[in-house]
Amino acid sequence: MVIPSDEARLVAAAKAGDSGAFTALVESTQADVYTLAYRLTGNEDDARDVAQEAYLRAFRSIKRFRGDARFSTWMYRITANCASTQLTRRSKGRHDELSDDDNVFDERPESDPEGMAEAGLLRDRVTEALADLPAILRAVVVLRDVYDLPHDAIASELGITESAAKVRLHRARRKLRERLFPMPGEEKARAV
Amino acid sequence: MRSSRFFGSGGVSCDDVADALPGIVDGLEVADLEVQRHVAACLRCQAELVQYRKVLRTLHQLRTEVLEPAPGLLPDILAAIGAAGERRAIHDLLNGRRVAYVGGIAAATAAGAAGAILASRARRRVRLAS
Ligand SMILES: [Zn+2]
Repeated sequence: MVIPSDEARLVAAAKAGDSGAFTALVESTQADVYTLAYRLTGNEDDARDVAQEAYLRAFRSIKRFRGDARFSTWMYRITANCASTQLTRRSKGRHDELSDDDNVFDERPESDPEGMAEAGLLRDRVTEALADLPAILRAVVVLRDVYDLPHDAIASELGITESAAKVRLHRARRKLRERLFPMPGEEKARAV
Repeated sequence: MRSSRFFGSGGVSCDDVADALPGIVDGLEVADLEVQRHVAACLRCQAELVQYRKVLRTLHQLRTEVLEPAPGLLPDILAAIGAAGERRAIHDLLNGRRVAYVGGIAAATAAGAAGAILASRARRRVRLAS
């Protein structure tokens, strides 16, 4: 990440039409944007398409960027919007992608989640559990709990109401918690 | 679904609380008084809340993980932007507007942005090392 004062200078230059400045902004944010796109879409090809489309949209609308947020945060919002469009497009003819039906988790829960919860390992398990969430739940929890976007921004970029965003966030958190730390009784319930 | 059915003094069950926990775990939503009372008295729901907090903490930590895109991504993005810039320049010229983006974006990369690119490369090394 370029430091904020450099970023402000680059954004101002890009808004004035300096293509080199915009290039520098792309350079400094592309790994973050790609990572978010990958977390939202779950595969490299879609992540690349989404990242490219997001920068194209940013390039076209940089003059409307008000500069009251970080450039990266603005890019996250555009990326979320592009990913949402992409997932909707992909789900046409494939009813599963945007449904939030229960997923079948074939991985058995750790016998001793508490003991296994060493930070790195837990991160890997969370990443895995995130990837297995239905796309629509994953998008909300990634944007809110990983990228810290506010509810209204998430709702607006995903084209849903704020209350729908909250309902999905709660469902996503619950599914992650149930998978990573099943409470007594939940393992049995899931096996049925 | 749930094995334990603890009802606190307010008649709120663990199931009721379970529905509220994902919303109150980050403190953005305030729990009903009855829910608060139940959690204060119920070890099961307290344990569940602790698990939610672990999940949230771990999700938050993912923010620092950055995937390295394949080397072709940046040139592809810049090429797409360069093409869009050219299209806009031509559109602006045809409409008699002053053309802001003169020259390909690739040429600008080599000239104008060297400092910023060096800065972002330094960042990448840090990330790889961590
Ligand atoms: Zn309880």
